[in-house]
Amino acid sequence: MDLFMQQLVNGVTLGSLYALIAVGYTVVYGIVQLINFAHGEVFMIGAFGALGTWSYLLGESTSIWVLPIMIIGAVAASTGTAVIMERFAYRPLRHAPRLAPLITAIGVSVFLQEAVRLFYPGAKSKLPFPQIDVVTGPAFKLGGVVIQRAALFTVIALVICALLLWLFVNRTKLGRGMLAVSQDPDTARLMGINVDRIIVVAFALGAILAGVAGVAQGLQNSNIDFRIGFLAGLKAFTAAVLGGIGNIEGAVVGGLVLGVVEALVTQYTQYLPFGLSAFGGSSWKDVWTFALLILVLVFRPQGLMGARVVDRA
Amino acid sequence: MPQRSLIRAGGVLLAASLALTACGSRDSGGGSNSGGTTTKTAKIGVIAPLSGDLSALGKGIQHSVELAVKQANDSNAIPGWKLEVYAVDDEGKAEVGKNAATKLAADDAVVGVVGNLNSSVSQQTQPVFAAAKITQISPANTNPTLTKGADAANPKRTYATYFRTCTTDAIQGPFAAQYLLANGMTKVATIHDKKAYGQGLVDAFTAEFKKGGGTVTSAQTINPDESNYQAVVSAISPTGPQAVYYGGEYPQAGPLSQQMKAAGLNVPLMGGDGIYDPKYVDLAGKTSEGDLSTSVGAPTDSTDAGKKFLADYDAAKYAEPAAAYGGYSYDAANAIINALKVSLKDAANAKAARDATTTEVGKVSFDGVTGKVSFDEYGDATSKVLTVYKVTGGKWVAAKTDTFK
Repeated sequence: MDLFMQQLVNGVTLGSLYALIAVGYTVVYGIVQLINFAHGEVFMIGAFGALGTWSYLLGESTSIWVLPIMIIGAVAASTGTAVIMERFAYRPLRHAPRLAPLITAIGVSVFLQEAVRLFYPGAKSKLPFPQIDVVTGPAFKLGGVVIQRAALFTVIALVICALLLWLFVNRTKLGRGMLAVSQDPDTARLMGINVDRIIVVAFALGAILAGVAGVAQGLQNSNIDFRIGFLAGLKAFTAAVLGGIGNIEGAVVGGLVLGVVEALVTQYTQYLPFGLSAFGGSSWKDVWTFALLILVLVFRPQGLMGARVVDRA
Repeated sequence: MPQRSLIRAGGVLLAASLALTACGSRDSGGGSNSGGTTTKTAKIGVIAPLSGDLSALGKGIQHSVELAVKQANDSNAIPGWKLEVYAVDDEGKAEVGKNAATKLAADDAVVGVVGNLNSSVSQQTQPVFAAAKITQISPANTNPTLTKGADAANPKRTYATYFRTCTTDAIQGPFAAQYLLANGMTKVATIHDKKAYGQGLVDAFTAEFKKGGGTVTSAQTINPDESNYQAVVSAISPTGPQAVYYGGEYPQAGPLSQQMKAAGLNVPLMGGDGIYDPKYVDLAGKTSEGDLSTSVGAPTDSTDAGKKFLADYDAAKYAEPAAAYGGYSYDAANAIINALKVSLKDAANAKAARDATTTEVGKVSFDGVTGKVSFDEYGDATSKVLTVYKVTGGKWVAAKTDTFK
């Protein structure tokens, strides 16, 4: 039982990270129907933003007060990247055929990866991420279950970010504007909503959460490299589709489900009968996880929580 | 029409280049022969990554060979002959290595070669040197198949011209198992990255560990492309291991160690020479204290001969340090030089001495800086000295050097 609870905790931690990134895919898709494949790289740049802030501005201190500044550095880097990316790579293609911005997104993704690899000092190999007091260190023990400090940080970050995002979308004028644009951009424009601004806000919102996720990933894994965006982006995109693309609650639920399934699959596929256990354990977990994903989508193509995309035929 | 003229132009170019290469080879052949009226010249090749990520190791190999050759020339070790070093770059890549080896083999003055650094590159260069009958001694290849062939149960020497001065992975794993058992650790979990090196280490470790009465509490694998191993750590924690043996390299091992300790699994992680790197300690952080690794040979600065080698190396003021394989390269070069003392004595030219050099290298036996240098019937070093290193104060420190039994 302890083992099950332990893997549940691991899964929720991993899932929270996916959820933080998945929100970025879903918000942007909800507004402009673009799968922003470069979003994984925004997350990666967030992590490097935090590391850069720590190495160059904070004098490599490990006391707890540097954490908020690192988060600000991460968010600044990721949001800046996302806004510039929207302005120069996506806005000129706003009315181009759907495939053009998709390919652009892949191009931006490769560009950002290579830029970090070439220009960030030492980024050609893994870089150690600072271990900050209080949020890293000896784990808490709850019965037989170990809860790491960085895991707590990730989950709490997700809860706070999700709450703030919900308040923003549902309680502010700008947020209402986003809902309006996602339903019908042309009518929204006629009603006096600045659609371009709404789109920038959507990109920025996703990037803020991705920046926070970058810090969380660094603290959890104790290292980052320029490739982390690819796998995390793929998983988060999957989470967004699993939850129902365009649906913010769906992204959170999808992320958590994906993380938990991954952790449980790692643990329990080792005990598969009929010699199938050779296909168990950590290195096969993605195979099982994605097989489950395909099953879910076969029976519920709109995702767990239902997609919120207006059909604009 | 334009097509036909293109073909004609191509034909002319081809003919011209053929003529040029023919001239080239005749020139170099003549050069090495006419160069030896009073003192003849023989070259020792160096093939190693001299550029790229691994160049620090490669340059150390090059300079160590240069040092050995310089000392041999100074002491006039081979009367009537002058030795030269001919270094080529393999970039740590198999294809590049093959071309570089071909370049060395084409030079008639080359009698022996030190290199390569990477096992995967040597796999490609072995047949090239074998065909040219040039002796090749690697200072760093640890893959067992290079000498004993793919079938470990029925070892069969692959190339008569290939030797190595370092020991292999086949004894690193068992050596680690013996060390842990000797230190009272009988319950160990294993993890590897499913790559040939990692899996081989863990298999060899597990066999020896079980033979010695130990229990493997859990055998897991990780995906080297990922950086979060919590699910695996949680799977092995409840089985209560006293240590974790990891087969793989430091980019995964470092974070794995850190995540183990953060999850409350406070036992040492042990690995092979793939994790014996300062970067491991960077990645694993403060909690890596007490983690273990094995590496081939004794630390160079632990023996008198090694200290003298390092002092001579410093005195020669090379741009790069001797690095991890300097001592092995120096010994490899000296093995060739010792063989040349016999094989070159009555040889008309360097090329004629190639076969005899291989035979003589097989027979060498002298005290080198890394211990006794001699080779068994497969071309492996007979000295099976390994060292266990332990992270102490944020650095790898030699904990125990011993001969594998």
